[in-house]
Amino acid sequence: MTIFQLYISLFLSFFKIGLFGFGGGYAMLPLIQYEVVDAHDWISVADFTDIVAVSQTTPGPITFNAATYIGYNAVTNQGFSTSLGVIGSAICTVAVSLPSLIIMTLIFIFFSKLKNNVWMQSALSVLKIAVVGLIASAAILLIDDYNFIDYKSWIIFGAIFIASLKKIDPILLIVIAGVTGVVLY
Amino acid sequence: MTDKAKQYLELFLVFFKLGAFTFGGGYAMIPLIRNEVVSKRNWVEDEEFMEMLALAQSAPGPISLNTALFIGNKRMGFKGGLVSGIALIIPSFVIILIIAMFLVKFKENAVVERVFKGIRPAVVALIAAPLYMLGKSANVNKKNIWIPIVVVALVAFLSVSPIYIIIGSIVLGLLHFLYIKKIHKR
Repeated sequence: MTIFQLYISLFLSFFKIGLFGFGGGYAMLPLIQYEVVDAHDWISVADFTDIVAVSQTTPGPITFNAATYIGYNAVTNQGFSTSLGVIGSAICTVAVSLPSLIIMTLIFIFFSKLKNNVWMQSALSVLKIAVVGLIASAAILLIDDYNFIDYKSWIIFGAIFIASLKKIDPILLIVIAGVTGVVLY
Repeated sequence: MTDKAKQYLELFLVFFKLGAFTFGGGYAMIPLIRNEVVSKRNWVEDEEFMEMLALAQSAPGPISLNTALFIGNKRMGFKGGLVSGIALIIPSFVIILIIAMFLVKFKENAVVERVFKGIRPAVVALIAAPLYMLGKSANVNKKNIWIPIVVVALVAFLSVSPIYIIIGSIVLGLLHFLYIKKIHKR
């Protein structure tokens, strides 16, 4: 595969992710995982989890973090240079943002008409509920032998799950989990 | 500097700051965006902000980007939207690029590997924990809980592309509406 073919297929995948990514960040994760791990094998599930982890500890929307990281790695993993990797990052970031730019500009123009449009509301009625299933899938897809290596992983999972329900800052929880990892392993 | 240039610069700086300092993406960002554009600067009224947010959440794409594009558009037209969107993206682009370039070498370090062993199950917990609250706010109840269950079965266990789920849900929503309309006509 030439670098141009790779760029084009990265662009198309991330455009698709932007176009069909309803429900925001977490709900978009299964779609991103499907495109970059299952459909194209650009990165492994292991790398995918690590970028989600890194995204949760760095600022900015998770979708852009994923686009930048995957764009770079998909290119460099194929043996291309790091500067071509940077271009790959830029292509994925632009591609994932374009559908939003187009759609939000249209929505802005038709704002007053769309606000109370029954057709739009009914089109979204089932989708809003399905998005909850997509987020649940994002969590289930990440439960594998790589992320859960033994019973200690499940203890960390349970503790963070409960702490998160108690509204403790997720960044603090990630730091605690990291320190726990060093102590336990 | 002209007034227009100043306004573009202000838009840029507000969304650059939001992109650089908000952790956790979309939902975590909303109160911060609101603070900047409603409380501090009065760019939009609170009511309009809430209506706009509802549309930004129903459109595809990251919610934070959709909100930035909308506010920018409202302030300065299409170019304003473009400036806001770009400003929001730049910080995460730069930070993640630096991490991507060095993470590979970094991950080979034994201590870092242990840190990640602890973090990985935590990441899954952080995605799973808000589900109950999200379900409540999306009005999931006994009658429609089959929908998320079917979605999980198809996406997580049968590896169906989420794109089909999205298209299917939209079609189902429209069919349901037509069905109700027909019943009311009788």
